[in-house]
Amino acid sequence: MSALLIIFCVLAAITLSTAFLTVFSRNPIHSAIYLVICFFSIAGHYLLLNSQFLAIVHIIVYSGAIMILFLFTIMLMNLNKENEVHKPRVTRLAAVILFCSTCLILIAIFVNSKPIVGEYDATGEDFQSIKKLGNVLLNEYMVPFEYASILLLVAMIGAVLLSKREKIEK
Amino acid sequence: MNNILNQIGIENYIFLSVILFSIGVFGVLYRRNAIIVFMSIEIMLNAVNLLFVAFSKYHQDAQGQVFVFFSMAVAAAEVAVGLAILVSIFRNLGSIDIDNLKNLKG
Repeated sequence: MSALLIIFCVLAAITLSTAFLTVFSRNPIHSAIYLVICFFSIAGHYLLLNSQFLAIVHIIVYSGAIMILFLFTIMLMNLNKENEVHKPRVTRLAAVILFCSTCLILIAIFVNSKPIVGEYDATGEDFQSIKKLGNVLLNEYMVPFEYASILLLVAMIGAVLLSKREKIEK
Repeated sequence: MNNILNQIGIENYIFLSVILFSIGVFGVLYRRNAIIVFMSIEIMLNAVNLLFVAFSKYHQDAQGQVFVFFSMAVAAAEVAVGLAILVSIFRNLGSIDIDNLKNLKG
């Protein structure tokens, strides 16, 4: 068992356990904290795959921006109480069954398609440095890149409009 | 670090992503708090991103990682608008329990 495999197993264990704790913890603030740990371990996976730029962007966007937004909303709504009512038992049972069957079906599909997945051969060619990624992003994917900026602008305007308090008409 | 997929294997990444995605599905169905449902959606998006990066490494191609950038941009926009909607729901109803949102049921 190589060192990389051990690191992968530890990271995977952290990812899966914190994802489960996110779903199961009663207090939304604890869920958010566990989700931050989950995102950091996924950034660790990216580092393990040697894509450093993506790992940094992931930490900035997810653990920075998105989770701050979540925590801000939770505190704005004053939700840090543990008084949430459970769903009906039938729904919860259905959720567990669906979880197991989704896992089983997807894993079965991938295991059965294994003969098509060939062996990995590293050519040693550099393909994921910031330079290469920037070239691909700004040459081949120029138009989607601009559309992404428009999308972010529209999302910002929409968020401001939606959360603005409307004037009470007399 | 160049032979990482020879040591770990693409199957392990597939299994990890599948289980993470299923946890996301489970969270969407299991909880009533709308914020936790949003977090579960984020978990699902991250599972798919992880598989994108693993297969980008497998095929030695940068396009998978570029797609992950776009996926992150969409996730950020989705969370901003979704949380704004949740805030306005909370102002109108006083709770964000998704089982209370039955006005359209008829």
